[in-house]
Amino acid sequence: MSLIELENIVKVYKFGEFEIRVLDNITVKIEKGEFVCIMGPSGSGKSTFMNIIGCLDTPTSGKYYLDGVDVSTFSLDQLAEIRNKKIGFVFQQFNLLPRATALENVELPLIYAGISAKKRKELALHILSKVGLSDRANHYPRQLSGGQQQRVAIARALVNSPSIILADEPTGNLDSKSSLEIMEIFKKLNEEQGFTTIIVTHEPDIAAFGKRQIRFLDGKIVCDSKVCPVDEKL
Amino acid sequence: MISITSIINIALRALRANAMRSFLAILGIIIGVGAVVTMIAIGSGASEKISKQISSIGSNLILVLPGATTQGGIRMGHGTQQTLTMADAEAIGRECSAVMAVAPAITGTAQVVFGNQNWATAIIGTTPEMVTVREWELLWGRFINEQDVRSGTKVAVIGQTVAEKLFGEVDPLGKIIRIKKIPFEVIGVLDKKGQSLTGQDQDDIIYVPITTAQRTLFGQTLPGRVRLIYVKASSLESIPQATEQIRTLLRQRHRIGPNQEDDFTVMDLTQMLKAAEESTKTMSILLGAIASVSLLVGGIGIMNIMLVSVTERTREIGIRMAVGAKPKDIRMQFLIESVFLTTIGGVFGLLLGIGASLAVSSLMDWPVSISLFSAIIAFGFSAFVGVFFGFYPAYKASNLNPIEALRYE
Repeated sequence: MSLIELENIVKVYKFGEFEIRVLDNITVKIEKGEFVCIMGPSGSGKSTFMNIIGCLDTPTSGKYYLDGVDVSTFSLDQLAEIRNKKIGFVFQQFNLLPRATALENVELPLIYAGISAKKRKELALHILSKVGLSDRANHYPRQLSGGQQQRVAIARALVNSPSIILADEPTGNLDSKSSLEIMEIFKKLNEEQGFTTIIVTHEPDIAAFGKRQIRFLDGKIVCDSKVCPVDEKL
Repeated sequence: MISITSIINIALRALRANAMRSFLAILGIIIGVGAVVTMIAIGSGASEKISKQISSIGSNLILVLPGATTQGGIRMGHGTQQTLTMADAEAIGRECSAVMAVAPAITGTAQVVFGNQNWATAIIGTTPEMVTVREWELLWGRFINEQDVRSGTKVAVIGQTVAEKLFGEVDPLGKIIRIKKIPFEVIGVLDKKGQSLTGQDQDDIIYVPITTAQRTLFGQTLPGRVRLIYVKASSLESIPQATEQIRTLLRQRHRIGPNQEDDFTVMDLTQMLKAAEESTKTMSILLGAIASVSLLVGGIGIMNIMLVSVTERTREIGIRMAVGAKPKDIRMQFLIESVFLTTIGGVFGLLLGIGASLAVSSLMDWPVSISLFSAIIAFGFSAFVGVFFGFYPAYKASNLNPIEALRYE
């Protein structure tokens, strides 16, 4: 049984009379421990694909089995719980709460998991040390560099020991040095601790970190292999 | 399940971050609650004043007045005919089961002299029961007793005003005053009752034995006739019954035929005061209702602020949802924020209301009464306003789509 199994996933957005088929009959499996990079131009459907895998969105039709459970028909509350327990998000914009310290940001998923304040602090500090930010625990996001903010975000994604880490262009707002640092963290997490990692990216050198690449175009998967050929048009 | 303390912490942090805005929103509630508390205090102060007057005239009091004469179709006022007698009074006490005590009275006004002081006051000849009927307390000495009435002794019990005007600092007990030049010994001083509902000074009064009043002071009164009869019903509920019993009895005793008018009037003072009390209560409810409008406006202010806050924090809501906040967690967070705003407003509004009430009471000499009840009402109402006006913004926040919320700039 695969960790992620998508069967004939279709996502249609309606704009008045128009219908846009953002995902067109996607069927794909991702195994536990894989490191997958998702590529494709804007509007190709890769973000929607990530949203569905991340349980932020539900498909119009098709089945999504996560850990063998069909989550495509889950309620909002059930989806929230899945996101809390099984998914860790990392965003391009970091999406940290500006008025909360690094530590408090990392604690956030634990609050919604109903974990006690003492335990939360313990866990969050532990994870922060893993991303090398123990000394920045009480800093606010605005006092941190982009790379540091993204590391806080990664710590937040990891703190609840999720099954999947989903990163949507995690290096899009970073300089090349920080980008590499961040990718090294993802790589290490994947190799040493076996986190299933799925990263959306535009950049071929970032995509090169993936052990598997999936390329989207017009809502369809056009390539799914160890290395997809770089398309000069993109 | 997310713990309530965490949610409260989140809400407090958000309010602190926008301290000025939070304060302005709270101000609306402070003013609203303050207005409600003040108005209720003013209203209930007024009705308490009336309640005090009710107890000062003596509770469950019924007055029996002689009827009016009709001369050639012209009806004269009460007492133009002296139809009530001592025997009537005794019969009421004896035969009416709903009556607790009866005191007949002969009244008049006279100049009273002590030393070089003189004062015109109401002289009332009565029996010992008057103490019970009017619920007088004696400050010093004693009231008229049976012995005084039987032998018509020249003794007087004086009210506070009379004591003040005639005696000043001197102890009145045992002193001799002259009423219509006739010497009377002061045997008692009554406690203060204050003004009656119509503004009369109830303490400007001298009680003498009814027999003495008949024989020596108001000699023109026909023997055995009384000016009016004070009756105390045994309870508030039995007033109508007592009134009816007195009417039936006096009609019999005065041999009034079925088609003839009464030659007396039975007046139920308590009922009149109760009516006055009712109207003050209505006024106080009205005042409270008007003040509630300002609380409503304050509530709308809270809703406005909460809606702005939800819009501003769309991305924060998206982040929270992405890491696992359920719609109900988000809803709770915003609801607690708004309830917190209004409850804080409630506390300070209560203080403002108490302050304003005290100011009104000292500046305008208006009786106010701040009750625990009005405090609880104000507090509960402000919390309710928080829930009511916070619900829509909270619902809106919880209904956001996490994907769109995360993209919100």
